[in-house]
Amino acid sequence: MRFVDEFRDADKARALSAKITSLCIPGRHYKFMEVCGGHTHTIYKHGLEDYLPENIQLVHGPGCPVCVIPMGRVDDAIHIARQPDVLMTSFGDMMRVPGSGGNFFDSNAEGTNIRMVYSPLDSLKIARQNPDTHVVFMAIGFETTTPSTAMTVLRAAAEGIENFSVFCNHVTIIPAIKAILDSPDLRLDGFIGPGHVSTVIGCRPYEFIARDYEKPVVVSGFEPLDILQSIYQLMLQLADDRCEVENQYSRVVPWQGNPIALNAIGEVMELRPYFEWRGLGFISHSAMRMKEKYSAFDAEQVFSMPGVRVADPKACQCGEVLKGVLKPWECKVFGTACTPETPIGTCMVSPEGACAAYYNFGRFNRTRVKEASAHEHV
Amino acid sequence: MSTSERVSARRTRTDQPSDREQQVLDRIDKARRRKPKVREERVTLSHGSGGKATQTLIEAVFLDTFRNPLLEPLEDSASFPVDAGRMALTTDSYVVSPLFFPGGCIGDLAVNGTVNDLAVAGARPLHLTAGFILEEGFPIAELTRIVESIKAAADTAGVQIVAGDTKVVQRGKADGCYINTAGVGVLEHSRELGIATVKPGDAVLVSGPIGEHGITIMLTRGELDIETDLESDTAPLNELTAALLDAVPGVRAMRDATRGGVATILNEIARAANVSVTVDENAVPVRTEVRGASELLGIDPLYVACEGRLVAIVDGEQAEDALATLRSHPLGQQAAVIGHIGADPPGMVMLKTAFGGTRIMDLLVGDPLPRIC
Repeated sequence: MRFVDEFRDADKARALSAKITSLCIPGRHYKFMEVCGGHTHTIYKHGLEDYLPENIQLVHGPGCPVCVIPMGRVDDAIHIARQPDVLMTSFGDMMRVPGSGGNFFDSNAEGTNIRMVYSPLDSLKIARQNPDTHVVFMAIGFETTTPSTAMTVLRAAAEGIENFSVFCNHVTIIPAIKAILDSPDLRLDGFIGPGHVSTVIGCRPYEFIARDYEKPVVVSGFEPLDILQSIYQLMLQLADDRCEVENQYSRVVPWQGNPIALNAIGEVMELRPYFEWRGLGFISHSAMRMKEKYSAFDAEQVFSMPGVRVADPKACQCGEVLKGVLKPWECKVFGTACTPETPIGTCMVSPEGACAAYYNFGRFNRTRVKEASAHEHV
Repeated sequence: MSTSERVSARRTRTDQPSDREQQVLDRIDKARRRKPKVREERVTLSHGSGGKATQTLIEAVFLDTFRNPLLEPLEDSASFPVDAGRMALTTDSYVVSPLFFPGGCIGDLAVNGTVNDLAVAGARPLHLTAGFILEEGFPIAELTRIVESIKAAADTAGVQIVAGDTKVVQRGKADGCYINTAGVGVLEHSRELGIATVKPGDAVLVSGPIGEHGITIMLTRGELDIETDLESDTAPLNELTAALLDAVPGVRAMRDATRGGVATILNEIARAANVSVTVDENAVPVRTEVRGASELLGIDPLYVACEGRLVAIVDGEQAEDALATLRSHPLGQQAAVIGHIGADPPGMVMLKTAFGGTRIMDLLVGDPLPRIC
């Protein structure tokens, strides 16, 4: 298949893998964080770690939009969905995220109508088709999905649709990266930068990472060769003693980002003073809310909400996993009390979550499998 | 005319039917003997009442299409002679939405699904039953189309519909039409097939490109605004399974890859036989349209349902024979050996990715595509 297979070429991967290995200084350990959950998913789905030497370790970052939603926000969404004549919509990943009293599926079994959509525009379409129902879109995601929410609100306003609102949970990536850089318990050698977010915000916002924290950043695409090449570029920077922001994903990411998308966000939304991130706690100026001008489309204004902060379950170590301090399997409840069927923490919910990716794709002893397959081929 | 004259005229008519009256009575009698016809355009609750409307529906729609000596007496059960030996019995219900989709409809799906369950058990399918749950208001024309597709699929598979049932539920209590089919078949050999008999060294085959049914249904629902010329792969597998059993003594187990797709079946095998299954992603036949749609939807074709694809586990040394047999049948032209059975790690399915890495291929947690069959 064109535009896909080229980026999954095993021969090119072997060649890159050899180049990466040749740059490793014996005895030194390298730790790179892939910020974006999409990268985590690719790494596990394609078995990319098989191409990395043992002294390069990938740490999974906070860039999974579902994983960072705190329980209280799920409870708020269910509260809105329980109001009469309300239909709640969200992305499929949200359906299994546990609130304090269950997830959206549980809530639907008790009578709410929470539906999965592929785009906020689908949500608006449902509103148009059901004028007697108030349709709420639970918006989640980083800058990748924020513009589509903003554009949908602008369209709803232009069409004068009155039975549609957005429960805004959009977050921004830079404050989260900063929180991780300031976290004392983590030593990283560089970042695989989020590709989709960068299509919107560009590469400039990462410059402080290279300048102030002296860590290299390579903004990366989502195919396995993209990621492997980004790791190679990070290794090259370390070998040359450079700290720069490089753009591996230049086929999609403009250095300046997408000004039209940024303008749409700026028109409809503004930064919240602070927002709670699951596992990371409150981070200032790290999320978006609707501007006063669009309050008619702001579910937080249209409905009254409990807004109760719910502490994460004690056993859950999602925070440490999100910061990359713990590998998924190092969490006390990983794979036993917390599984994709019955997730305790959000990292186990979304296919982009580090725990779910590791559980679904990587949960085996690589050495044993290699030995077994070598044995079979003798 | 005086009153007395009128009375007398009426009496005369009662005592001796006039020619005109007799003509009317004859017409009624003829009409009652005439082939029944459903005059309503939609199914009503009276079609499920067991009375005349039910009778008309059964005779005009079902019996007329399915007509065969076992069904025709319309007794409570169909009875037929059996030879000594083993039989296979299965049942399946069909709730697919939408009812009609490129490549088929709920009708042929209901026949092929049940025929395939018998076929992969190693049985020759003989007879099917068909039970319909219809929603009040369902168009008779659509019901007729479904029934005709059942007839056509049954003819293709060489089976008969020998018993049936119809229920009608109020509007809103069902989604148009649900069908249950049960099937019986005979096992004309004494081989023990079963996923627990799978051993390290065996080969894993599929009979053709995977995932076409599931993706077709998904795209037909129109939620994604993607257009392709994909069609459901719904088809009866009984000829293919019979040919395979004839030609390859080392067939261990066969399955039709429906809900959960090939990956789910392989997980069942790994667990039942306590073996490992390794699949080579590069070897799995997948049409480009299916791959493309799966990429967009973020799903893996290995988990997407087929309705006419066989997964067979055969003795590794007979893999080439099995492949040649499958490929010699029109439904198996693109058959492939996609992997092998190993010992370690037991109970797990591993995927060698096209990229060259290795990962787990576990059971799915949720259904990515509800109501596809």
